[in-house]
Amino acid sequence: MATETDTPTDTPANTEGTGAGEIEARVGLRYTLRQVRRDTTARIGIYTIGFITVVAVLASIDHYVFGYGVAEAIWYSPVQDPEQVERLLPPVGMENQFGQGTLEHPMGTDHRGRDILGRLFYGTRIAITVGFMATAIGLIGGTLIGAISGYYGGWIDDVLQRFTETIYAIPFLVLVIAFMTAFGRNLTFAMVGVGITSVPVFNRLIRSRVVSVREEDYIEAARAAGVKDRNIIFRHVIPNSFAPVLVQATLQIGVSILIVAGLSFLGFGAQPPTPSWGQMLSASRNYMLPAPTFSIFPGIAILITVIGFNILGDGLQDALDPRINN
Amino acid sequence: MSEPLLSVRDLKTQFFTEDGTVRAVDGISFDVHEGEIVGLVGESGAGKSVATSSILRLVDSPGEIVGGEIEFKGETIFGLETGDDGELRPRDEMLTEQEMREQIRGREIAIIFQDPMESLNPVFTVGGQLREFIEINRDLDSDEAKKEAIDMLREVGIPAPESRYDEYPHQFSGGMRQRVLIAMALACQPDLIIADEPTTALDVTVEGEILEMVTDLQERYDTSFVWVTHDMSVVAEICDRVNVMYLGEIIEQAEVNDLFYDTKHPYTTALLDSMPRPDRTVDELRPIEGVMPEAIDPPAGCRFHSRCPEARKVCREVHPEPRDLSEESEAIHAAACVKHDAFDVGYDESQPIDTQAGGGFSAGLTETGGDAE
Repeated sequence: MATETDTPTDTPANTEGTGAGEIEARVGLRYTLRQVRRDTTARIGIYTIGFITVVAVLASIDHYVFGYGVAEAIWYSPVQDPEQVERLLPPVGMENQFGQGTLEHPMGTDHRGRDILGRLFYGTRIAITVGFMATAIGLIGGTLIGAISGYYGGWIDDVLQRFTETIYAIPFLVLVIAFMTAFGRNLTFAMVGVGITSVPVFNRLIRSRVVSVREEDYIEAARAAGVKDRNIIFRHVIPNSFAPVLVQATLQIGVSILIVAGLSFLGFGAQPPTPSWGQMLSASRNYMLPAPTFSIFPGIAILITVIGFNILGDGLQDALDPRINN
Repeated sequence: MSEPLLSVRDLKTQFFTEDGTVRAVDGISFDVHEGEIVGLVGESGAGKSVATSSILRLVDSPGEIVGGEIEFKGETIFGLETGDDGELRPRDEMLTEQEMREQIRGREIAIIFQDPMESLNPVFTVGGQLREFIEINRDLDSDEAKKEAIDMLREVGIPAPESRYDEYPHQFSGGMRQRVLIAMALACQPDLIIADEPTTALDVTVEGEILEMVTDLQERYDTSFVWVTHDMSVVAEICDRVNVMYLGEIIEQAEVNDLFYDTKHPYTTALLDSMPRPDRTVDELRPIEGVMPEAIDPPAGCRFHSRCPEARKVCREVHPEPRDLSEESEAIHAAACVKHDAFDVGYDESQPIDTQAGGGFSAGLTETGGDAE
């Protein structure tokens, strides 16, 4: 499509000529980022997520390029069972029945003697992947269904809305578990399953906006100029309906991470020995008393990540709300 | 006269609502010739905008074109025929939806909307939108289209078009945006531009500039216009011929000078009287009494009789179709009022009716009557 180059973000180099007294564009990615940076809470959210994402990227590099080599060197055997270890060591500076915490394992070791910090490090990769992928599936599916449904209305709207309401009607955990039982218990299907359950959320949100945007004169003008429906939907309707979806997507990433962690806890997500936070929590519940830190650290990791996405979502909401004028 | 560019015959567009069928456009006929600016005048709700969207077949559900014919340059935009089963069906030569989109809309017939503030997409640059329209309708590649877009912006009098090309709609004033929309309409070099009250949202000085620019560009490109407005002064300024609409019907059709100096229909007279004029000093303007009746249930007989100062009993009974009242050698001047001898339905003998009590519309009376905008 020849028009793809014309995104709202491709203008920075060209705005110089407009001179002083320029009114700020209240649309586009640049505007959004600028608004978010003004908001302290949202900034904290961005930094948190930024940090976690960097960690996840590093973990991925280590996994794919070095085959866990770097982490194995730093943290002794985070993935595979080490051969001779004292099990369930406490964090550094603490002591339990298995022995003294050492600097070699700053957060201690798990029930198989694997380094907890190392496993958290790898777990980040899974958490972030799951969060983004599941949300992307829900976002794309929901936006397409909602935009088409809202733009055309009539029987198309009815059919698509009843279809997504069917998804809504089933408790999501039951749906995801049923889905994974049918297709396979692994992380990919966990992501797809969670993504599908979030389709109705995005669908409703964007449909409600599209219904009002489609009445705008510029849509009518585009139709009168002979623009195809497909281009009207993608270039005119969706970009003008997208702000609340962006906020919801940010929040949904946090929710997806939480759900997949929950699934892993129930044994439906990442399968051992893949390090994932939910699965670490699941493993740790038998060792709550002798080694409480084993369950506390993955819990904190999940907490920080989810809160990070939530406050970014809140910040985005404030930034994109036209009624809040700064 | 040569073949008309656009010919509308007995066009009927109706809206099927829960309260009943709204006959928004009820059998209008008019022609637009090459290089002509044709006015479509009337109060709010007269069906002007529905008529224009019908020409582009852009009437949305629950609205539907139910009858009549629209021909443009020999192509059938809309036409029905009676099928073998006795049902009405679209004629074979009628353009398909895809042909409408690819050949007519934007390319041959462009439209300028009323509100320049709402007619540009706020998330894209002005230039980007203009370029998109040119690309779609003129088969140019991206760079050529951009060049063309900048040329068009310059053409419609936007200063420094190269830098304004990359600005967003909110950075433009109302008048500038309307210029952009006109550039958009002209850029695809259509044969006909439908201007749907394009200056209503602008203040009078800007309106003047825009009108001047349009007449100027019209002469240069020889584009025909259908100019929809409720403002008689705009009509006087730019139109060649005028169609006056009332409640979905065209009630008077004339060249602009004939319409102003030899008004044939009481409604047109009332419209002109309700407008301040520098050449006449009056104590009080005379608004048209009452409001326009609902198009869902139009009055029987002449539709204007409930508000007409010259209404007589016969007006309630006889529904006049527009008839050419001009002398042989003159241009067509049609009006739909039975007071003219050509109708010969006994107007002169009929009793006048008291319009103040008529129709029960006085509940809606305001200081300005129904003409307020």
